[in-house]
Amino acid sequence: MKDICKSFHGIHANKDINLYVRSGEILGLLGENGAGKTTLMNILYGLYQPDSGQIEINGSPIRISNPVESITHGIGMVHQHFMLIQNHSVLENIALGYKDTPFFSPKKKLRKQVEEFSKQFDFKMDLDQRVWQLSAGEQQRIEIIKALLNGADLLILDEPTSVLTPLEIKELISILRQMKADGHMIIFISHKLDEIMDICDRVTVLQKGRVVGHADTADTNKKALARMMVGRDVVFNIDREKLEPGKKVLSVQEIHVTGDKGMPAVRGVSFELFENEIFGIAGVAGNGQRELAEAITGIRKIDSGSVRMNDKDITNKSPRHIYDNGVSHVPEERIRFGIAPGLFLYDNAILKQHHLKKFSKRYFLKYSQVKNHTKTIISDFKVATHSINNQIRNLSGGNIQKLILGREISEQPRLLVASHPTYGLDVGATQFLREHLLALRKQGSSVLLFSEDLEEIFELCDRVAVIFAGEFMGILKSDDEKLCDIGLMMAGSKGF
Amino acid sequence: MIKITTSDRYDITPLRSLMTNIFSLVAGLFVIGIIFLIAGVNPLYAISEIFLGSFGSLYGIKETVTKAIPLILIGAGLTLAFRAKFWNIGAEGQLLMGAIFSTWTGLTFGDHLPSYLIVPLMFFSGFIGGALWGIIPAILKIKYSINEVISTLMLNYICAEFLTMLIVGPWKGSTRFGFPGTDNLPEAAILGVIPGSRIHYSTLILSLICAVILCVVIYRTRFGYETRVVGENPDAGKYAGINFLKTSLILMAISGGLAGFAGVGEIAGIHHYLGYPASVSSGYGFTAIIVAWLAKLNPLYAVFSGLFFAGILVGGDAIQISLGLPAATVEIVNGTLLIFLIMGEYFLNNKISVHVSTKSKG
Ligand SMILES: Nc1ncnc2c1ncn2[C@@H]1O[C@H](COP(=O)(O)OP(=O)(O)OP(=O)(O)O)[C@@H](O)[C@H]1O
Ligand SMILES: [Mg+2]
Repeated sequence: MKDICKSFHGIHANKDINLYVRSGEILGLLGENGAGKTTLMNILYGLYQPDSGQIEINGSPIRISNPVESITHGIGMVHQHFMLIQNHSVLENIALGYKDTPFFSPKKKLRKQVEEFSKQFDFKMDLDQRVWQLSAGEQQRIEIIKALLNGADLLILDEPTSVLTPLEIKELISILRQMKADGHMIIFISHKLDEIMDICDRVTVLQKGRVVGHADTADTNKKALARMMVGRDVVFNIDREKLEPGKKVLSVQEIHVTGDKGMPAVRGVSFELFENEIFGIAGVAGNGQRELAEAITGIRKIDSGSVRMNDKDITNKSPRHIYDNGVSHVPEERIRFGIAPGLFLYDNAILKQHHLKKFSKRYFLKYSQVKNHTKTIISDFKVATHSINNQIRNLSGGNIQKLILGREISEQPRLLVASHPTYGLDVGATQFLREHLLALRKQGSSVLLFSEDLEEIFELCDRVAVIFAGEFMGILKSDDEKLCDIGLMMAGSKGF
Repeated sequence: MIKITTSDRYDITPLRSLMTNIFSLVAGLFVIGIIFLIAGVNPLYAISEIFLGSFGSLYGIKETVTKAIPLILIGAGLTLAFRAKFWNIGAEGQLLMGAIFSTWTGLTFGDHLPSYLIVPLMFFSGFIGGALWGIIPAILKIKYSINEVISTLMLNYICAEFLTMLIVGPWKGSTRFGFPGTDNLPEAAILGVIPGSRIHYSTLILSLICAVILCVVIYRTRFGYETRVVGENPDAGKYAGINFLKTSLILMAISGGLAGFAGVGEIAGIHHYLGYPASVSSGYGFTAIIVAWLAKLNPLYAVFSGLFFAGILVGGDAIQISLGLPAATVEIVNGTLLIFLIMGEYFLNNKISVHVSTKSKG
């Protein structure tokens, strides 16, 4: 790619970008939230047209005006937010994206092909399952198959690992290595420096739409990359001062919750949460974390058991009632639950708060207050946007995330239920968020933190529960020696 | 091999969207022209007659404004419902229900009350009638997940048959010499018109006020905010703690109620008695769907698109007479324009590219 420029509303998302990939190479693309990574890849994939610049394959210039053309040029892409049709089966989704799908009985011929393919890469999946029943990792594999079936030589992966479990990440990495060995090219976007160092051959770093550096992973390190990305040194550790837990905030008693597939997802979970405390729930995704968070915050029905907040019963109360009792929620599926994509930033900044006195007076919304509040969130949480009169769908993935976090944290909740709050955030923002959570803790709030990132859990939590198949395998204090066995517990062994 | 593909368009500007609309209308008129040609009429002449018939003379303008009144009222109400993605295509039935309720009020109390009491009372009861007919599908949708497209459509027929039953049965007027229809409303219950026209100005003013209020409701109030969130992303609405039942009930009460207002206007301003459904409304509830769509779901724009489509109704009537075309002409014109507007919307939101390749590898 040569001298690529693209601007939205007069603001450069990409400026004079030069980029190349050799065959059999994995190129890492790094940059802060809103640096222009997704935009650049969308140009390569034909979703956007560059304002100027040139794309060349094997030295000859090509024009890619839509994704079908990019597919014929051997380019495939797995998007930051998956683009599968939730009510269709796996096979139907693959057929939809396949360039040679026959018009009649499309599924028959394709089934054999997909099955052979899955064997080659050691994918295990049921082709007749509906997409909404699948985990993020499984959905991603469908996207990869779609791209490979179409004969992609160059595969673009936009933050593929942020929604995967550690095990799934391992599997993905081995798939990528195999593809590399077969001579495929891969562009890999991630905010996790460890992964980049691990699998990429070369890295290109973007900052505010420009290339600010290249490096071979062999002769650089995490620190240098982070500095290149942010423009200053990033401190990688934070300290959690010792605080005595205060009054009881939340108590969950023996709750049972049913999941999307109609199976029990949470089975008899009990715990208590105190002021000045961060309580972590560790576990491999899909073991009931999402359902537990949704049950506490009122989005999902609780079959039996009780949830009490400040000694008031909030079991099966409406989400608004629960919010008014001091519970904020950063949902796991943020694009699905957390935003109204076509509305403006300031509309989205009060999604859960719009009924509060601060923002509404009788039947009217106080838009001037709302806008001021939005501006505060944007500057506090460094949301990159050209204006608050911008549809939130135009923001980069990480910046949407920051806005939601800002919205849920800025009201000083008594309890913050945060599912994977650092997914998709760049290094700087991750650090900032962690500090914020600790500040909340210090001010007497409590945080219920769902995370698969053990490092994050160890760094932030006072106590950790490990969830497996909807049950707690145990609750450990942060200074408990058994904590080193947490991996075993996550795999389902109790024995403590 | 030729392949046609679509992809989302990301760069939609207001200018582009306006141009798309204009282009769609022109393209629609072009196709209508072809239809005229097939019918053996000079298309340029026919289309110019439509616009001359509606906007080209004082009489035409007066008629256009008269027909715009119900279109603006209903169209504005529909913008609200459509914003929540509540596909209310039952405005016709809601209009008729409004007409039924207000006729009852007018006939029952009209003789005993002065005009300044009976007229507001009729508008009030018409609103209630339309609103009641509007909230039935809302309840069905939220409580029993019954698709509102089907329920609103079916309720149209139920209401029309119910009205027919009333006017051939219990409500048949003694002054109608045995023909179906109620007696005329008492003098006090009849709306004043601008002299020399059929423009019942109280309903006209009401429609403009409603459009402005609705605009405020949609963009300034909590309820409007919740409506927009629900329409944009129902899951986010749930997460935000929005009460779907309450929101749907209110918005359908408003949408149906405004259609009810339109029914009052038609009865008390134009016909002065309740007759057959087809004579009460001539399909305003359906035409208003196009009005709301062309207005880009903004109630204020519905004033203009209402006038535009009223013009087509009037112009269509005019050419029916002057060119001897069948009565369905107007519906063909309207239907064609709607199809083109919706297609325009599609092309606005999706980029289409045609892709030719000689032979693709397997
Ligand atoms: N369709 C659009 N309209 C307006 N602005 C846009 C649009 N798409 C992207 N932008 C802007 O371009 C900039 C770059 O966005 P991009 O999505 O490429 O960032 P990114 O590097 O992928 O960030 P992240 O790590 O958060 O995913 C952002 O500031 C974003 O607001
Ligand atoms: Mg991105």
